[in-house]
Amino acid sequence: MSANQTAALRPLRFDQQVIASWIEPETRVLDLGCGDGQLLGHLVREKQVHGTGIELSEAYVAQCIGQGLSVVHGNVNEELPNYPDKAFDYVIVSQTLQQVHRPTKMLEQLLRVGRFGIVSFPNFGYWKVRLQAMFGGRAPKTRELPYEWYDTPNIRVLTLEDFRKYGEEIPFRIMRQEAVAMPGGDPFPRRVNLLPNLRASYGIFMIEGR
Amino acid sequence: MTQSNCSGAETASNGVCLFTLPEPLVFRSGAELSGVQLAYETFGTLAADKSNAVLVCHALTGDSHVASSVHGGQVKPGWWDEYVGPGKPVDTDRFFVICSNILGSCYGSSGPASINPATGSPYGLDFPVVTITDMVRAQRQLVRHFGISRLCAVTGGSLGGMQVLEWAARYPEMVAAAVPIATTTRHSAQAIAFNEVARQSVISDPNWQQGAYYGGPAPDLGLAVARMIGHITYLSDESMHVKFGRNLQNREQLSFNFETDFQVESYLHHQGRKFVQRFDANSFLYVTKAADYFDLELEKPESYASQAFKSSDTRFLVISFTSDWLYPSYQSKTLVTHLQRAGRDVSFCDITEKWGHDAFLLPNNHFADILGGFFSHVR
Repeated sequence: MSANQTAALRPLRFDQQVIASWIEPETRVLDLGCGDGQLLGHLVREKQVHGTGIELSEAYVAQCIGQGLSVVHGNVNEELPNYPDKAFDYVIVSQTLQQVHRPTKMLEQLLRVGRFGIVSFPNFGYWKVRLQAMFGGRAPKTRELPYEWYDTPNIRVLTLEDFRKYGEEIPFRIMRQEAVAMPGGDPFPRRVNLLPNLRASYGIFMIEGR
Repeated sequence: MTQSNCSGAETASNGVCLFTLPEPLVFRSGAELSGVQLAYETFGTLAADKSNAVLVCHALTGDSHVASSVHGGQVKPGWWDEYVGPGKPVDTDRFFVICSNILGSCYGSSGPASINPATGSPYGLDFPVVTITDMVRAQRQLVRHFGISRLCAVTGGSLGGMQVLEWAARYPEMVAAAVPIATTTRHSAQAIAFNEVARQSVISDPNWQQGAYYGGPAPDLGLAVARMIGHITYLSDESMHVKFGRNLQNREQLSFNFETDFQVESYLHHQGRKFVQRFDANSFLYVTKAADYFDLELEKPESYASQAFKSSDTRFLVISFTSDWLYPSYQSKTLVTHLQRAGRDVSFCDITEKWGHDAFLLPNNHFADILGGFFSHVR
């Protein structure tokens, strides 16, 4: 129970706060890769959404169900096709896109089962990343991308600009977007309006199928 | 811990209540039987508005004694003590838990060993063939007897899980939450095959006498072998390895005859011997057949389950165990997929556990957390 309480009491990450602010109350929400259910739990409690999560980690699934959340233990790409068209108002992919083997397949399914998709991911165009690659000559390792190249769960690297271009191919329309700086340990995460592809460490997009 | 009294029903000597169905029971086979009895026990207190009832369904050869109670000054442990009781995941301080012995069984509910009032002797094979549907129809009359129109939850593992699914499909309006555990929507050919071998073992025992063995020697040898077969399917390769390996039983060397060499042999013999002391051979035939007949036919859009799952408000929590080879995880996953397609509120966890099908009866913190967390949100 202590793990559940921790998840409920810990404040939302800044990108999750932005996502939560975009969600209308009493809507149907699917959270892909919902982790320990922190965002989903927040939405269920504060916005009375009808929430469902999909999560690969058994320990996280147990924590989520233990909090009273509805979560299916499984792989996102296998589970998404099971849901009917437009079964949800919002489908959230919070910091999962960069870890998925077939992101196009996932986004197509996401836009099928949801009216809107909300996607957040670490920005590989962030200046610290660029500097490390340019001057260090090595695969970048930052607070946002803290892994060695050989053990990272992030198998895709993309920038905010890449994602915007991606929308022409899938295709999707970007309804809302927010670039944020969330340096680890910085007590003042903030929105970035000037030169976001260079200065923001994370991007959050609300998209809709064309 | 103490049981409520058997209001409106007889109390048997062991504290188990006996409920006589007020209406004749129409079986799925078309047979009709009046005066059908269910043995049941309750734990906790039913709220004045009757809103806190949970029905727990037992597995193949279980009974109504799901949780500990005090009887004759002695604590009698229940078969699901890990998970049902005061402060436990299914908290009897909060919930009124009902557990009834299944129809066709031999722990007080009507079955082939019960007395046929028309003849004054046990029914034997004259007892109608029982299905999961019939078991649940009978349970429903019991639930209605309490004046309960909606159950907070119906839960159970294995054959109990099949009853949970039948409840959710037949009476969705009465089931707020359904928690089927280590179960299946239909028996695989493999599961039917194991049951048939077990039944043939009973039937080939010369003492079986077409089921009319009451008053004479019972087909104990056949029933013991049947139980040994069942026990193998409840364990897993790994759990057998961990428990027994190839260790020898009470000897230093191989016997080079057909005595008991290995511990695993001795264990199975022991399970077989224990079982014949507590279970009726005909009941075993009936309940295994009921499990084999069970089929929600979810892939057929016109099936009653498909229809019910499309419109129900029931919340589902489906739990499987990775080493269960009797009802493997993929069978639970199939159910989950159908519920997702129907747009139902469903949670699912495939718990990593080495103990095989029996895992749902054993202590497991992960399982307890999931069950307790889910039940703490059941209303």
